[in-house]
Amino acid sequence: MPFETLVAVCMGYVVLMFGVAFAADRAAQRGRVRWLDHPLVYTLSLSVYCSAWTFYGAVGYASRSGLEFATIYIGPTLVFAGAWWGLRRLVRIARMHHVTSIADLISARFGKSNALAALITLIAVIAATPYVALQLQSVRLSFELFALQSPGATPVTSETALWVAAGLALFTILFGTRNLAADERHHGVVTAIALEAVVKLVAFVALGVFVVWGLADGPADIVARIAAASQDPARDGWVLRPDRWTALNIVSAAAILTLPRMFQVLVVEAADEERLHVAGWAFPAYLFAMSLFVLPIAVMGAELLPASANPDLYVLTLPQAMGQDLLALLVFLGGFSAATSMVVVCTIALSTMISNHWLTPLRLWLRRPASGEETDDLRGFVLNSRRLAILAVMGAGWLYHQASGGSEALAAMGLVAFTGMAQVLPAMLGGLLWRGANRMGAYAGVGAGSVLWLVIVFLPSVGIGRLPPLIDGVDPLAFAVFLTLSVNTLAFIALSIFGFPDPVERLQGLSFVSAIQPIRHSRAPGEDRAEPLLAMARRVWGPDQALRYFRAQAAAQGKSGYLPDLTPAFLTALERRLSGSVGAATAHAMIDRVAGGMSLTVSDLMDVAGEAQRAMKEAQRLEIATSELERTARQLREANDKLTALSVQKDAFLGQISHELRTPMTSVRAFSEILKTPDLSDEDRARFAGIIHDEAGRLTRLLDDLLDLSVLESGQAQLDVSAANLHDLIERALNAASATRAERAFTIDRDIPTEHLGVITDPDRLLQVLINVITNARKYCDADRPVLRIRVARRPANGPAIDIIDNGAGIDAARQSLIFEKFSRLNDPARAGGAGLGLAICREIMLTLGGDISYLPGQGGAAFRIVLPKHPPVGQANPHAGAAS
Amino acid sequence: MMLDILMIEDEPNIAEAVRFILMREGWRISLHADGAGGIEAIRAQRPRLVILDLMLPNRSGEEILADLRAEDDLGLAATPVLMLTARGQTGPAAEQADAVLSKPFANDDLCALVRRMLGQGGDGG
Repeated sequence: MPFETLVAVCMGYVVLMFGVAFAADRAAQRGRVRWLDHPLVYTLSLSVYCSAWTFYGAVGYASRSGLEFATIYIGPTLVFAGAWWGLRRLVRIARMHHVTSIADLISARFGKSNALAALITLIAVIAATPYVALQLQSVRLSFELFALQSPGATPVTSETALWVAAGLALFTILFGTRNLAADERHHGVVTAIALEAVVKLVAFVALGVFVVWGLADGPADIVARIAAASQDPARDGWVLRPDRWTALNIVSAAAILTLPRMFQVLVVEAADEERLHVAGWAFPAYLFAMSLFVLPIAVMGAELLPASANPDLYVLTLPQAMGQDLLALLVFLGGFSAATSMVVVCTIALSTMISNHWLTPLRLWLRRPASGEETDDLRGFVLNSRRLAILAVMGAGWLYHQASGGSEALAAMGLVAFTGMAQVLPAMLGGLLWRGANRMGAYAGVGAGSVLWLVIVFLPSVGIGRLPPLIDGVDPLAFAVFLTLSVNTLAFIALSIFGFPDPVERLQGLSFVSAIQPIRHSRAPGEDRAEPLLAMARRVWGPDQALRYFRAQAAAQGKSGYLPDLTPAFLTALERRLSGSVGAATAHAMIDRVAGGMSLTVSDLMDVAGEAQRAMKEAQRLEIATSELERTARQLREANDKLTALSVQKDAFLGQISHELRTPMTSVRAFSEILKTPDLSDEDRARFAGIIHDEAGRLTRLLDDLLDLSVLESGQAQLDVSAANLHDLIERALNAASATRAERAFTIDRDIPTEHLGVITDPDRLLQVLINVITNARKYCDADRPVLRIRVARRPANGPAIDIIDNGAGIDAARQSLIFEKFSRLNDPARAGGAGLGLAICREIMLTLGGDISYLPGQGGAAFRIVLPKHPPVGQANPHAGAAS
Repeated sequence: MMLDILMIEDEPNIAEAVRFILMREGWRISLHADGAGGIEAIRAQRPRLVILDLMLPNRSGEEILADLRAEDDLGLAATPVLMLTARGQTGPAAEQADAVLSKPFANDDLCALVRRMLGQGGDGG
């Protein structure tokens, strides 16, 4: 096959991947994520575990060491099949805390310590650089093979690796840093990787089928050949060694959890924990399919290819040697997929870690809060720092590849990286399972384990230094794995036991170990600091998204506007959402810096512990349903409070009516019984009959008032609207009221010309109000020389107003708001016949007429303003039916 | 001469009716028309029975009753109290009263109650 064809196919494949990623991102942006979110896509994306190392190297590994290669598949299978419950828990906790990377997880667990995250990022970068180099190398080697096959082709140089690295960097920057989502999910990348997973599998299985049925005589024949090969004394490496077997299983099981790229696809890209139901069996099945044909290919390669052929490249050279160009091309694409998907996800994960745990904290530290933070575009900074980190990781991989000369056996670097990241495992498992685990333990464990790993595994593997003298008969790698992990775990446990976690750490520990929502406690709520928090959120998310989020939160609290109260729930939610963008430690630091002054106390912890216990008893997973329920419950509670208050009001009202009716009735009854006695003087008889008459009249008035009020309140009042002159109405009201305490001579102060104002209203109802107010003034004004001032204001904008003001003592401020309530009669020993319903009726009438009546404070005496509507009332409509009950 | 009954009632017509009914029975009765000063009136006149309206201006019947029961002079504090109420029901404080009579009442009921509370008929002067 011409080399140019290969290059063309390869380019076409790259364009296809860009297209798929682009389409998936677009679909996700439009909210069409149904098939993107399918558990199968998730499962396929997990196959990023199978990098070029496994794709090419597994056959080489099997050639050298027989079945030992299977450990790389068995470890993850054990984790998925044996501990899917633990994985679900991991995903649940990580999603709860909006964890963005393995470093973020550890940091969040151990008191949001950024130093710990920075340390883990360092280990990840050190471990990943040669690993990325390995992928670039595999692509270059496979290109070389094709170039050798086609004479006259452009010689493959190290520039191939540079081009591949540049292309991958472009892809990763395009689809890995499109925006700062609150959760670090990348639909485009994940979908492209799922497609690459299919290509990988199809290529490998196709080759396997060709080998088993095309080159050998079916499965039986292959098994016989493998058996024969294993007996070959030259293959002493095929003997299974328990120490290596165990060690390799441990590190590959650890790798599936701790490798940055695996954590990215397994945890960060998981929308929820439910997809692990499918992945729990589907991913082991994928691994099984990928491993099934490894030994057959290794055995047939050894039989059919010259001894000088590199077993790491059997998968390519075997079909080439057999003249199967198309199969070779397919395998090449499979290997290319394996390499590129690993590099892309790895650089995304590393760039998130570098940006969140190195660059952003550094920048926050360098730029202390100052005025003018509004303009400080942190969002742009985070995105750019990620792009920079992608370029840096890719560049480091390429430089390493150049420097190492690409001569390493492929398998070695993979295991080095596995062992390195396994150093995070004790802190991770301890953090998830043991509440006593603390930050000092994590530092000690991760620190000691990784320094040891650096010295006895990493540096020797890159040719610096030598492995220390080993115990006889123990495999060096197995020894290194056991030594680093034992020291790591012991240091972790020891310092955790002796150390004492700070409150934030204990809180996070509780949240992680119990898998319950973290709760933040604040004792200084206030709106004044919501503004700076919004400013900060704008820097991270951009103004629109931040404002939308704040507005939604305020609405959820039942507030209008865009500034929610700084409740613990809000701060917790905001911090978690921010941590989805900048990592837990940074988000914690940012919120603390702005919201400030919120430290945890022992009583906070007790509260949280109490809440935690309660929460654990209840079903925890219905998080959304719970908040929904809480809101409903609160609404119900409020409604109930209102009803109770109404019921109390109603009881008070009925009690008042009872009192007002029984009082005159008592006199009527007592005196009528007295009247029945025979020996009564005529004088008494006449006086008592008079009392009965007065009290009966009082009863009638009360019943009239009650009836009037109930008709007005029910909105059934018939309005008889017609034109009237205010002057006439005031005149009639003054005349009608003059009978009340007629002995008192009132000076009436009027401005007659302004009174001549035509209004369209129900004149009888308005007259009733005027009489009531003027009568009250006559009754209660206690001035020596009582004066009643009446003024009409035309007020074109608001409708006419009639002010009625006397020169008495007025109504004290405390009672002014009560006088329009039913039965609110001021203390009035004289009683003068009213039941305290007059002003309540006035208010109802004015509201029915479309106007209002109110008390005017600060006028020297009792002062009322009667306002008529700007537009006259229409017929009998009642604008406030039922509103005044 | 000792006073039989002090009535604290702000409704003048009711006070007039009760005074008329009980005087006709031979009791010596005096009136006080306001919640304010109610306890002082009891202290000063030391009646054998207090007829107390529940709803009074300035100081309620319940409060005056509580004042009375808290008096240091135990003889005074134990003065029998007949509570008059125009409400359908009475609050817990009225339980300290020796009897409660709902308004409106039958004149005979009032007389019988007062007679029982004072332990004997009026001595007619």
